[in-house]
Amino acid sequence: MNKISSIKDLQQISKNIRVNIIKMLAEAGSGHLGGSLGLADVFACLYFNILNHNSENPEWADRDRLILSIGHVAPVLYASLAEAGYFPKEELLTLRKLNSRLQGHPGRDHGLPGLELSAGSLGQGLSVAVGIALAAKSDKKDWRIYTIHGDGELQEGSIWEAAMSAAHYHLDNITALIDRNFCQIDGRTSDVMELEPLADKWKSFGWEVINCNGNNIQEILDAYSKAKTIKEKPSVIIAQTLMGKGISSIENDYHWHGKAPSKEEAENFIKQLMK
Amino acid sequence: MKTYTYTDLKDTRSGFGEGLLEAGRKNPNIVALCADLIGSMKMDAFVAEFPERFIQVGIAEANMIGIAAGLTIGGKIPFTGTFANFSTGRVYDQIRQSVAYSQKNVKICASHAGLTLGEDGATHQILEDIGLMKMLPNMVVINTCDFSQTKAATIAIADYNGPVYLRFGRPKVPDFTPKDQIFEIGKAIMLNEGKDVSIFATGHLVWTAIEAGAILAEKGIDAEIINIHTIKPLDREAVLKSAAKTRCVVTAEEHQMNGGLGDSIAQLLSREMPTPLEMVAVDDKFGESGIPEDLMVKYGLSTPDIVNAVMRAIVRK
Repeated sequence: MNKISSIKDLQQISKNIRVNIIKMLAEAGSGHLGGSLGLADVFACLYFNILNHNSENPEWADRDRLILSIGHVAPVLYASLAEAGYFPKEELLTLRKLNSRLQGHPGRDHGLPGLELSAGSLGQGLSVAVGIALAAKSDKKDWRIYTIHGDGELQEGSIWEAAMSAAHYHLDNITALIDRNFCQIDGRTSDVMELEPLADKWKSFGWEVINCNGNNIQEILDAYSKAKTIKEKPSVIIAQTLMGKGISSIENDYHWHGKAPSKEEAENFIKQLMK
Repeated sequence: MKTYTYTDLKDTRSGFGEGLLEAGRKNPNIVALCADLIGSMKMDAFVAEFPERFIQVGIAEANMIGIAAGLTIGGKIPFTGTFANFSTGRVYDQIRQSVAYSQKNVKICASHAGLTLGEDGATHQILEDIGLMKMLPNMVVINTCDFSQTKAATIAIADYNGPVYLRFGRPKVPDFTPKDQIFEIGKAIMLNEGKDVSIFATGHLVWTAIEAGAILAEKGIDAEIINIHTIKPLDREAVLKSAAKTRCVVTAEEHQMNGGLGDSIAQLLSREMPTPLEMVAVDDKFGESGIPEDLMVKYGLSTPDIVNAVMRAIVRK
């Protein structure tokens, strides 16, 4: 893939991704809008600047691997894959419908190109990343492994099993990203189950911690660049995002974690984005 | 009744250890993972010969399954090793989503299955694992009967592309199958042709079935004995052909009645060819501490239990 480095162009791509997320969720009538919108800037950066990948050849052996550990934000993954040419954008409107390759949560059993792993049940992606990273190290390959996690997901114990093992094996080819939006289904993460001091937790597990504004393209690119320079240990980017980013009326409102917009709301949201 | 003999009592887990080493020598993409049980799993030889292809994950089985799924994305063929309980129940969601639903080529190798684990008791004596694993789409389920068959199965699953659950056990049992056998996934093995009853056995109960066959022969009952090492995919043809001939069936396994081999065969026969069927299996109970032989008697998995089940099946013809 040709890499895009213009901030303005990447912003336009994240806007396209957001518009498609809203359209596909409105068409589906259900799904997770808030987190999908919040991650659109990260995904624009990954698929159009950070990742070495090839939509013409999804199984290319030397591709970087992206593992989405939070399957519920499938819409941002699907919209990004379509934007990058893995399948036609019209297919996005089949989300959550019978016989679609675009399952409510990503399922590899359904033949979607560019999807490495099924996800939905939380807390599994980092372990898988450790396995990929060990394989890359043993074959002396320099492609990298990127993972996307939710902050609420870190309440799953298996994440910390994986974190321990990534540091134990010095897997500096892993860059994890935490979507730190402070929201989960039942409320604010601090009310449901406190995660702080979050950076200290990762540091104490042997990880390099990089903070950034996950809705700022330049900061996201800088964070990923820095992660590549870290040796002998894995890196985690704690990316502060706004759930529902881009639509001011729903930003930072956890009620939009698992909701889809109505057709009218969708029209209004897209208008707001186009302003 | 055909006579079976053996020279050695050997544990099936050692067959896994030898098979893993041999498979590893044949294919450099094979890697092994263990969750702090190298010695119990008999993986020492592989670890010694291929230290760079062995991954110790510590006491973190969920992580081990995820790592194994990831290794396949990097082109490896991972074999995970831990006890059957920790290989299935503890990590069911990881296997379901990251392995089976993700179509990953992971070999889940599980020792210490069933009551014959013995003194450690019910926390470790899993009797539900076959059911858990056979319910998963895309999953192959194998339960081997002795050292040589376990070794051959371990080598064979390396060449099969897809998730496999390989179940074996702790105790030393008669090693009676051929040393040079080629293991065919999904292909039942005829041990004794007979006409009065079909005994379908798996795992440690295969030898018990052979012992029962000798006792039945003395009573003038000609038992057909078939080793069903692969519970899924089940060798439907072999089961239907034998049941059509003998018209009554006994299943035998070291597992719960619910979800085991007997349950698979009952499902097949009731749909295709309703046939009187008796099950030798654990009847909805947890195990307990004790020496394996005593446990097998107490829970109804001993040679006389198979003989009695055959008598019950025959009168129902």
